[in-house]
This record gives sequence, C-alpha cells and structure tokens, in this order.
Amino acid sequence: MTEIVKIVKVGGTAVPMRGNDIDTDRIIPARYLKEVTFARMGDYPFFDERFDASGKKKDHPFNDPEYQGASVLFVNKNFGCGSSREHAPQALYRFGIKAIVGESFAAIFAGNCTMMGLPTVTATHDEVALMMKTVEENPKTKFTVDIETKTICFDDKRIAIDLPETYRSALTSGCWDSTALLRANLDQVKKTAAKLPYIGGFAN
Amino acid sequence: MAGRTLYDKIWESHSVGVLPTGQTQLFIGLHLIHEITTAPAFDMLREKGMDVAFLERTFATVDHIVPTDIRTRPFLDPEAEELTQALEKNVKQFGVEFFGLDSMNQGIVHVIGPQLGLTQPGMTLACGDSHTSTHGAFGTLAFGIGTSQVRDVLATQTLAMDKLKVRRINVNGALGTGVYAKDVILSIIRKLGVSGGKGFAYEYGGAVIDRMNMEERMTLCNMSIEGGALVGYVNPDQTTFDYLKGRRYVPSGAAFDRAVNYWKSVASDSAAIYDDVINMEGKDIEPTVTWGINPGQSVGISERLPIPDEYADPDGARKAYEHMGWQPGAPILGTPIDVAFIGSCTNSRMTDFRAAAKIAQGRKVKAGIRALVVPGSAEVKKLAEAEGLHEVFKQAGFQWREAGCSMCLAMNPDKLNGREICASSSNRNFIGRQGSPQGRTLLMSPAMVAAAALNGKVVDVRQYE
Ligand code: SF4
Repeated sequence: MTEIVKIVKVGGTAVPMRGNDIDTDRIIPARYLKEVTFARMGDYPFFDERFDASGKKKDHPFNDPEYQGASVLFVNKNFGCGSSREHAPQALYRFGIKAIVGESFAAIFAGNCTMMGLPTVTATHDEVALMMKTVEENPKTKFTVDIETKTICFDDKRIAIDLPETYRSALTSGCWDSTALLRANLDQVKKTAAKLPYIGGFAN
Repeated sequence: MAGRTLYDKIWESHSVGVLPTGQTQLFIGLHLIHEITTAPAFDMLREKGMDVAFLERTFATVDHIVPTDIRTRPFLDPEAEELTQALEKNVKQFGVEFFGLDSMNQGIVHVIGPQLGLTQPGMTLACGDSHTSTHGAFGTLAFGIGTSQVRDVLATQTLAMDKLKVRRINVNGALGTGVYAKDVILSIIRKLGVSGGKGFAYEYGGAVIDRMNMEERMTLCNMSIEGGALVGYVNPDQTTFDYLKGRRYVPSGAAFDRAVNYWKSVASDSAAIYDDVINMEGKDIEPTVTWGINPGQSVGISERLPIPDEYADPDGARKAYEHMGWQPGAPILGTPIDVAFIGSCTNSRMTDFRAAAKIAQGRKVKAGIRALVVPGSAEVKKLAEAEGLHEVFKQAGFQWREAGCSMCLAMNPDKLNGREICASSSNRNFIGRQGSPQGRTLLMSPAMVAAAALNGKVVDVRQYE
C-alpha cells in the first residue's frame, strides 16, 4: 500500500484569480490533454490567458512575479466548471498550488482535487473578497489553511472555511487516495454486484 | 413508506457500504473508457500491479482525438497517434473489449453506449468524461469522473461518492414547431444557471419529456452537467424499452421480459419526494442561441442581448461581451457566422441529422461558410447514408465526415481559426473550446445550425417550417 499522507494544514503565499465560472478549458486548453502523462501539466495552467500566439507573456496573476511561489489560490464562484479533465487540478497542483479557497466549486473538479490531495475550501463572498484584496495589496501575506479546524489564518485574522465533511475526513485521515480503501472491500463489492439482476444478464 | 426516486433506488441497490470517510462506496455497473482520460489511470494500475476488477463491465473506444477526415495510420498528428496507441496497448494488455477505429461500433462514447444497448435503465454508469450524464436518458445513474476515479473504477468497479439531492424539472405542455430538445435544455440552464444544479441530480419529466424519443432525451440529459448537475435522468418508459429491444447487449426472449420488469421497478414512484421541483411550459421555449461564454448565457431567437447591468451576473456578461464583441441590446438574429458544425455527443444522431437535412434539402450553404456534419458513430454514419442524408448535406455544401468528437473540443484537426464565429450543435461555448483562443461559439439546435449555414448568419429556423 502507498504511504498515507495526511493533509491537515497547508500554507504559504497566495495568488488571486478573479472571476466566476472559470472553466477547465480555460485552466488547461484541450490540446495539452494529448500528452500521455501529467508530468508537464505544471507548465500549462491558464496557458492561453498567460501567453499570446507568439509565446509572449500577457498580464495574468499566474505570470505576475509578485505571486511567484504561491501555494494558495483564491477564486470566486463555480470554479472548475465544464470538462472533467483531471489535467486541470494537476496543472494547478504541479504549478505549486496546494489549496484552493473560493466561493464555490464545480462538483467534478472538487472531487478530482480531493483525490489528488488538493483541498478546495469555501468562504463567503465578502471573506473571499477581503482575502483577494489582502493578497493584491500585500502579496507577501502568508495564509494557513487548516483543514482540521476549518479555518484560514493570515495577519491577525482567522476566518472560518467550509468543505464537505467527507472530503475533510478523507484529507485529514490520509484516505484521499481512495483506490486502496475501495479495493479492501472487493469481496463485498462482488456480493453487491451479484444481487443486481443485470450483472447476470437477467438470467433468472 | 415515502415514495422513492429512481436515484434513491439505484443508489441503494448499488451501495457496497459506507467508507471511513463517510462517503458511500458505490458499485459501477458499466464503465466506458476512451483515449483522453485513461492513460495515466492504466499507468497507476500497472505501477501497483493491479488488474481490471470487472473486465466484462468495461468497454473502450476512441473518439476525442481521432481525425474525422483522413484516418490513415499513423495519424498526421504524432501526439494523437501516441495517445491512440497508448489506449490500444492498454486495452490489449488488460483485455478490455475495444471498439477501435476499424470497428463498425467506433464512435463518441456517449453515442455508442446506448446504440449497442450497453446503457440500460437501473444501472450505474461512469466514464472519464463530463457528458456521461447523457446516458441518464435511459433511467441510468450516469456520471462523469476524473482520471483518479477512472483508476478506482478499473481497480475496484466502485467509486467513493456523496449522495446528491434530486430536483424534478417538469416541462409541461408541448413544444412549438422548430423547437427541439436542445432548446429545452438551453432554456433550463438559462433559468437555473450554470451552477444551479450543484449538489443535485436532475430528474426530467412532464408531457414534453414523455413525448421525446430516446435521442432527444439524450440531448437533454447530455447537458445536465452544463447546468452544474453531475447526473440528469429521465424515468424509463415504453419508449425506452422499445429503443433497447433487439440491441446487441440487451437480453432477448424471456430475459428481456425480466429486464423490462426490473427497468419498470426502478422508475421513481408516483409519490416520490423531491428536494426541489421546477415547472416550465413547453410553449414558452423558443429556438435558443447562446451569445456568451458559458451555456447559461443564451436568449430566445426573438430576444435582444442583455444589458450587463440588468443581467443576473453583470461581470460575467461584461466578460462575455469582451470576448464575443457584440453590442449589448443588439438582436441575436442576424449575427454573422463563419463556420457551421453539426455533431458532438449532444446532437450527432439520426434525429438531429434528419432535422438538419430537412432544412438543408435542396438549398445551398452560403458561399464562404465552412460547414461540417460529423456523425456520432460509425453506425449513425451508416444509417444516415442508407437514408441518403449524406447526399442532402453534400449537395447543400456541407462536408460529411467520419465519426468522432471533431470540432466540439478540437483536439483533432477540426478547429476554428482566429476570431471565427461558429454556429455549433455542441455543448460548450467556453473561450478556446473549439480550438482557437479567440474563436467564438454560438450553441443552438442542429436545425438552427443548418439554417445559419444557409444564410451565413443566425436566423429563425421556423421560417423554414
Ligand atoms: S463530443 Fe464533445 S462533449 Fe462529447 S464526448 Fe466528445 S468532446 Fe466530450
């Protein structure tokens, strides 16, 4: 079995990415899905927004030297909507993002993130706005996202964050890599399957 | 006992148990795989020395990356060739049944599952593709998953999942002529928002849905995910059973009768309790066109584009105008187009092609417009050709292609160039979706795309009815 890694506290400087409904085609354009492994995904997040056709850098938070090395990403509503591509969280994670804090997340995206050990946590509109403003004014601000106590701390502030209890428990207990957990019950799986009439082709 | 929904019933019968995380371990009755999201999953399996747990419940095809014109191997695009070979190698090594490029059953994964009768009512179904909700048309609990989940299903035939709430959406009455399933789902997403379905499974019902054929129901369920709902479904009925009868993976004889009994039993009880109920009237739905950069930003064909300050999400509207370049308040009617695309897992079946061919019959695509019709599967291509639809399209000036995802996401040679505007029967109008970072997409029904192709601009398809 793989080593258990518990994700309880993640922290560092942050980068704000403003806007609602940022879809996974924007996070990683489809052409990069052609690569057979995730190895190079860290080079590509928001590629078409960060570089013009000639490869010249455009204005974008992910290009801004002020935010280099950030490990917390602040977003607004419905982040990660659209395609189920896991390349999107992989791109962010391999770029260096270790926690995403937003107003809300699309379902498949949040599930994909959790299974990689990348927490997606929510705060209210005003709180996210405050944190984005804080980073923009002082990019050196350090944030600590505590999954266990469901809080985020920076400067002298402490803000409550939320995430589904099942995700919280998976991350903090180190069960976010679910394959081993699921495979342990294979006998029970077979029993459940055997009771489903279609599994036997409706033979009786 | 309180009435249960189809969702409740299938969830219960497929629950293996509760995991230490509190999530439910859910058995997956059918796993469909394709070339894009699976290579790293098979790598992980190999690394851990695992096999595919339920091979007989796993089927593969190639759709996303395959060219739809020249298919000689190796493909011109070396990356496409590499990824296709990776899948070919993996299915061979692990022994997965594969509908490859030379198979009569190759096609978009969401077209071939139903067509082969693999997709059946009362099942759970997963695929590493967000439009897996399509299969919900059959009363199947079908959801899109990520690559790590593909690995979980390969290794265990199960997923760790949280239970959703169920929202019943009734579309009552009847649709007017020239109004299609695509217009219904675009209207639903417009009304409830692109994230309105978060945490919900959508159950579609009402007279309009009851009357839809299976292909129309697939169009409807396909875009559930664009409304934020992981799952969308229609309760199985006689239309469903008639469609399935005689298909390759559907049992026959007495076993078929037993299947129908099971399928009937999974439909929501008449007294089922829903977490939310929405009612809409079919007569209020017009041919609908998206004007923005998400599928919720749409208007009826007779409407004008919204003024950002009067719009529910003013920033979203401004961002959309910035990309699309339209004037707020302008009519959608008459918006020029450069490209017309009829295809994708939303609208690439016989019903769609018949509707589009009816408009194209005896007419010509406007000079300068690039127009493509791309069947969802090799089987659809064959059926359409048997009806002569390909001739109708070709004579009108449409290109007639091989089966695949094509310009829906442009991971293959079919792409927009520069600022081109595409009238598209696909499901996403996201920035860059059709292969050009500056490209623009207007989603609409296949008949509306055909009408736009003939006129070089957005028109009301009802002028042809
Ligand atoms: S047609 Fe488009 S949405 Fe459907 S499976 Fe292919 S790429 Fe995905």
